[in-house]
Amino acid sequence: MKTSKKSIRIIADAVLVALVIGYLALLQSNTTAHSYAITIIERSCIYAVAAVSMNLIIGFTGQFSLGTAGFMCIGAYVTGIFTIPVKMRDQIYYLYGMADCIHDIKLPLIAALALSALLCGLIAAVIGWPVLRLKSDYLAIATLGFSEIVRAIFGWDGLGKITNASYGVSNIPPFANIFECVAICGVCILIMSLLIRSSYGRAFKAVRDDDVAAEAMGINLFRTKQLSFVVSSAFAGVAGGLLAVFMRSAVTSTFTVALTYNILLMVVLGGIGSVSGSIIGAFLVTGSQEWLRFLDKEYVFSDLIPGLSGTVFGSAQVPLLRNGFRMVIFSILLMVVVLFWNHGITGSKELSWARIISIPSVLRERKLRKAEEAKRREQEEAAARALEKEVRGQ
Amino acid sequence: MSVQEMEKRKDSAAAEGVKASETKSETAAAQKKENVLRLEDLTMQFGGVVAVNNLSLEVNKGEIVALIGPNGAGKTTAFNCITGVYQPTNGRITFLGQTLMEGCPTGRAAKTYAGEKAGKYTKNIHHSPDEICRAGIARTFQNIRLFPKQSVFDNVLVAKHMRAKQNPFTATFGLNHAEEKRMREETWALLKEQNLDSYASYEAGSLPYGMQRRLEIARALATDPKLLCLDEPAAGMNPQETLDLSDFIKKIRDQYHLTILLIEHHMNLVMGISDRIYCIDFGKLIAKGTAEEVANDPKVISAYLGMQEVV
Repeated sequence: MKTSKKSIRIIADAVLVALVIGYLALLQSNTTAHSYAITIIERSCIYAVAAVSMNLIIGFTGQFSLGTAGFMCIGAYVTGIFTIPVKMRDQIYYLYGMADCIHDIKLPLIAALALSALLCGLIAAVIGWPVLRLKSDYLAIATLGFSEIVRAIFGWDGLGKITNASYGVSNIPPFANIFECVAICGVCILIMSLLIRSSYGRAFKAVRDDDVAAEAMGINLFRTKQLSFVVSSAFAGVAGGLLAVFMRSAVTSTFTVALTYNILLMVVLGGIGSVSGSIIGAFLVTGSQEWLRFLDKEYVFSDLIPGLSGTVFGSAQVPLLRNGFRMVIFSILLMVVVLFWNHGITGSKELSWARIISIPSVLRERKLRKAEEAKRREQEEAAARALEKEVRGQ
Repeated sequence: MSVQEMEKRKDSAAAEGVKASETKSETAAAQKKENVLRLEDLTMQFGGVVAVNNLSLEVNKGEIVALIGPNGAGKTTAFNCITGVYQPTNGRITFLGQTLMEGCPTGRAAKTYAGEKAGKYTKNIHHSPDEICRAGIARTFQNIRLFPKQSVFDNVLVAKHMRAKQNPFTATFGLNHAEEKRMREETWALLKEQNLDSYASYEAGSLPYGMQRRLEIARALATDPKLLCLDEPAAGMNPQETLDLSDFIKKIRDQYHLTILLIEHHMNLVMGISDRIYCIDFGKLIAKGTAEEVANDPKVISAYLGMQEVV
C-alpha cells in the first residue's frame, strides 16, 4: 500500500518533469517566436532562486534579513566580470581600464556562479558575526544598510578598474538556451530544499519557533543562524549572477532596496516557510506583472464595445486605463491577497501531490462543517424563539 | 571550548571528583554516592537586587532533589544560572567535577556587589545553554516551551540534532543517512516508551496540557542527559495529574538512570518524591534536609505562611 503510493508519487513527479521539459523544448525550438515566454520563464526562475534563498533565512530560520539585493549585487558583478569575453573588456572598461590581475581571466558560467556563491557566503559569514546578534527589526535595518553599502561600493570610482564604477558591466554572454537557466535554478532550489529537510533544517525551524527552547536542546543559536545566513546569501549571490546573465549587464541601479522588497513580496505571497510557495510566488508576481499589461494601454470605448464607433460615446477615452495603471491594479490585488489570504498561497506547508489530491475533500469538509454550523445556529435560534414564546405566554 | 575537549575534561574531572569525594568524606551521603551537581556560594545580582544570595547545594547521583521557596525567592534564577542563561555574579557551579560556571564581580559590579563571599572566586567561566545541554544537563520550562507548530515527532527529533555526527554538507546530500536513521529510530523508541507514539504526527500545540508537559520532558530526555532539571513540572495540573506526575518522575529516574533537580510549588509532589529538599527565601537558603525535616522547620513554615512570631 505504502510502496504503491510512493511509486504513484514518483510517476506523477516524472510526468510533471517530462511535461516541463517538453514545454521548454517547444519554446526552445523557435526562440524568436517564443522570446517573450522565454523571458518571463527565465526571469521567474531566477527570482524563484532568490525567493527561496530569502525564505531560508526569513521563513525557516526566522531571522528578518533584508540583505538579499546586496548579495545579488555582489553575485551579479562577480559573474559579470568573469564571464565577459576577454576581447571586449578594453572596450567595456574604456574609461578606467581593467585591472591586469583579472583582465585575462575568463571563467565558464558555472564556475563564475560558484565563485559568486563562495564570495557571498564568505562575506555573509563575516558580516553575520556582528549582525546576527541582533534581533528582528534591528537585524532588518542592519542588513538593509549592508545592502546599500554594497551598492555604494560597487558604484565607487576607486574600484573602477574592477567594477567599472557606475557604468557597470555589460555585454555578458547570454544563456546558451533556456535549459541552462532553468536547470541551474532547479539545482539551486533542490540543494536548499534538501538542506531544509535535513537535520540542520529542523534546527533552523527550532530556532525560528523558540530560540530559548532550541538553545536548551543543545542547538548553538549563533552557528545555526550563521549557517542559514551563509547558505541563503550564497544562493542570493547565484541568483544575482543569473540575473546579470539574463539581463546581459550588471548595474548597481538594478539592486536597490526595491528589489529586496519585490522578492520579499514573492516570499510572503507564496507562503512564509514554504519552498514551493516561494516558487509559485515568484512565477505569479513576475507573470502577473506581464498579464496585466493590457491595463497599460489607452483605449476608447469603441475598442471595447463593438458597434459604438461613430457615436460620441464611442470616441471618448476609457477613464483610468493608461501607462502605469497595471501597477495600481497589481498593488490592489496584493492587498486583497494579504487581507483575505494572509498565510500566502501555500501557507507554511509544502505543496505536494497528497495535498493537491486532498483539496476537494478538504473543501467538501469545510462546506459540510459550515452547513452543520448553520443548522446548529438555526436550531439554537428556534429554541430561543420557542423559549421566548413560552415566557410571553406565561 | 570544543565539545570533544569538554567531554575529555569532563571524564577526567569526573574521575577526580570520585577520588576527591572518597578521600574527603564530607558526609555519609557524599561518600556513598557520586556527586553530580554542586553549587558553591552562588550569588546572582541584578542591579541592586540580590536575587540569589550565597546558595550552596549539591545533588548526588540518582537523587531527586527539590528546590522550594515562596514566589520570588530566586528559584528560577538559580535554575537559569545552572542552565547557562545567566552568568552568576559570584560563586561556582560544578557538574560531574567539571566547573561549568564560575563568576566573580568585576569592574562596576565589584563596587556595587552586595552579596557575600566576595573575593573567594577569581575566574569568570561561562558556558552557553547549548554547551551545558551538551555536557548533560537537560531542562524543561515553567511555561511550556515546545515548538507548537511542529509535530510531536519533530519536537523530539530536533533534540537529537546536537549529538549527531554530521556536517551541513553530509546532511544536505544524505551522506549521513545511517545517522539520520538512528536519530529517527531513537526518537520512535523514546516516544513509544513515553506512550506518545500514537500522537507522533499531531501538532505539539494541539495536545492537552498534561500531555504537552510529558512531551517537553520526553524532548529533554532525547538529549541523553545525566541531570534533568524540571522547572515547576506540576504547574497548572490537578491533584490527580500531579500524582501521576510524581510516579512518572520516579519512573524516568530509574529507567534512564537520571539525577533530577526540580523546582516546585506543589508541596504534595515535593514531599512525595524528593530525597532531599532545599528551601530558599529572598535568595537565601533557609532550610535543607529530608522532606519531614524541611516540612517541620519553623523557618520554612514562616516563609510559606508568614507566621511572624516563629522567627
